[in-house]
Amino acid sequence: MTPFLLGDLAAEFVSVLRTILYAAPYILGYILLILAALALYSLARRILRPASDFRSLKTVTFGDESAVRSNGVASVVSVVLIFVLWAAFTGSALLPSWLHAPGAFTGTGSFTYTVTLPDGRSDDATVEVLVYPRESEAEAPEVAPGEGFAKNDSIAIAEYRSELLRVDRNDELGRDEGAEITAIDGQPVAPGESVRVGFGRVALSGKGTPNIIPATGMQMEPIWLPAPETVWQRLTEIASTGYRNSTLWEHLGYSLFRVIVGFALGAMVGIPLGYAMGLSDWFRGWFDPIVEFMRPVPPLALIPLVIIWAGIGEVGKIILLFLAALWIMAIAARSGVSGVAISKVHAAYSLGASKWQVLRHVIIPNSLPEIFTGARVAMGVCWGTVVAAELVAAEKGAGMMIMVASKFQSTDIVIMGIVLIGIIGFGIDMLMRRAERWLVPWKGRG
Amino acid sequence: MPDLLIDDISMRFDLPGGGIVEALKNVTLHLKEGELLSVLGPSGCGKTTLLNILAGFLAPTEGRIMLGDHRVTGPDAERGMVFQQGALFEWMSVRENVGFGPRMAGVKAAERRETVDHLLDVVGLAQFKEKAVYELSGGMQQRVALARCLANDPDVVLMDEPLGALDALTREKMQGLVLKLWKETGKTVILITHSVEEALLLGERLIVMAPRPGRIHQTYELPFAEMGVGQDLREVKKHPDFAKTREEILSMIWEMEEEIMGRNEGAHA
Repeated sequence: MTPFLLGDLAAEFVSVLRTILYAAPYILGYILLILAALALYSLARRILRPASDFRSLKTVTFGDESAVRSNGVASVVSVVLIFVLWAAFTGSALLPSWLHAPGAFTGTGSFTYTVTLPDGRSDDATVEVLVYPRESEAEAPEVAPGEGFAKNDSIAIAEYRSELLRVDRNDELGRDEGAEITAIDGQPVAPGESVRVGFGRVALSGKGTPNIIPATGMQMEPIWLPAPETVWQRLTEIASTGYRNSTLWEHLGYSLFRVIVGFALGAMVGIPLGYAMGLSDWFRGWFDPIVEFMRPVPPLALIPLVIIWAGIGEVGKIILLFLAALWIMAIAARSGVSGVAISKVHAAYSLGASKWQVLRHVIIPNSLPEIFTGARVAMGVCWGTVVAAELVAAEKGAGMMIMVASKFQSTDIVIMGIVLIGIIGFGIDMLMRRAERWLVPWKGRG
Repeated sequence: MPDLLIDDISMRFDLPGGGIVEALKNVTLHLKEGELLSVLGPSGCGKTTLLNILAGFLAPTEGRIMLGDHRVTGPDAERGMVFQQGALFEWMSVRENVGFGPRMAGVKAAERRETVDHLLDVVGLAQFKEKAVYELSGGMQQRVALARCLANDPDVVLMDEPLGALDALTREKMQGLVLKLWKETGKTVILITHSVEEALLLGERLIVMAPRPGRIHQTYELPFAEMGVGQDLREVKKHPDFAKTREEILSMIWEMEEEIMGRNEGAHA
């Protein structure tokens, strides 16, 4: 088996490269869009408001880190563009139709095929094709059979689908008599080849049956990517009626509850553990191997073990998040204690502080900035872990919601869930940053 | 206030790679209360070690430190310390920093407030009481550190290059402040410095230490601190004896440095 491993990996690598190659024109186009927007912006700035602040007087900006600050206009344009592209490629009603990417063909079209018999006789027939939107139903239109041994035909095809049409069953002389289709819309064709027609493409199968393929355009099918308004609609719907026997707030609330309880427990155990490791060489020696081993183990790798031990209920999830937060908080507290300048500790003792007072008034406040940084990391990891744990098994939760939805191809709910998970994760980080600025204003100024 | 006796102190420790460092050898010194001592010496002469032993952060291998009738065994509020970088607590305001010692001793808030207000007036920071310490300049931070040390009313004030990180102008102002505080409070002060001028200005007695092993090399009794209390320090520096002593000490330290260099080169050969 092993000798083939390298070959297998090489084949996988080639397929990855091929995917990148397919994506390359789109990526290139996106980069061009960014540059075009930049050119427009620079032009507009030069015309509207020649800058005269200090920064604009700097001649060296390329390489000057302080001259590079996030451009707010670029951020806004970037986010708006994401929605515009999303809307354009899903045929969203949010955009005027001239901004849409070419959609799939709907309506009626037709093509003519030419059947030739072994004795050289040939006849033409026309096929009426009706392509109808996916949500509706349609019957193949009635057509007059027409003259000759090849009879006119018709077919109804749903948008984004293709159909084989056994024209020989309708014709007087079919495959059994040796009749073969030799041309479509006057262009000669052989089995395995295809011909462009007005509404898309017609291919001949290996046995000579026409496969009718209406053009699918450049838009995404809703089952792959629904339009923004569909996602919004689904959000309002689930927010009012719920999903899978629970309201949206219950799903999100359960996820948040797990994160907060797991994180709080992890911090409650991890911070004293980190202090013990920072203040006593015995505790440092005792816990160093455990902490250093557990730190690189991704919490997700613990999910199976936690499920075996504690089941899929709340306890298991909280144990998992507790473990996710524990090591991060312990290490943050440890480095917070180690980071205290010895002169500050000496100063406190010289001013008459006892050991307990040094801990209370010097070591703990001095370690708070590090602990806050650790808490931000831990909250992020916990949020990611809870979603993953819910993907595996849960009754309620943001992760469970998108996992179940994906099993029913409800892409709109999946996207809605991902966006909500992202917003909540972002919100948690913003809150932690606020709290940090408020509670430890001396961070980085010691 | 009690006298400080440094009684035949030696400090030896093993190096990790083998070998022994003699940071201090048979150092003896008797400081009367209210005396102002400055300590000079090339790096590695053990002056910071000596200060750390006096503060109680290190225990000497031999000898003892006596403050009045009791032996020094660890850090205590009776011996205050001012560090080079201030070592202020940036999570506390200026007022809280200065009031730290009394607060640890359990002094009531109202009483503490009085002491703190008075000291901040003395060091000229009355209008910065409620500021965060990281908002202050380096010189102001050292003023806070001085006030914080004095708030505890220690018997001895130990200063480890307290003005080393300041610019020349601020440094000169602070030297005046140190002299003023010494005279007003009457505390025993030991000041370590790298600057010969500073050592001359801020020492009734000046000791020059020599390295390997760390020991007292030369002692001077100086009139300049007493002169500096009454008048401008720049006038004191113009005194002919000042320049003479400065040159003498500088060439002594130069010689020591050269000797160290020579010995190191010998070791490499």
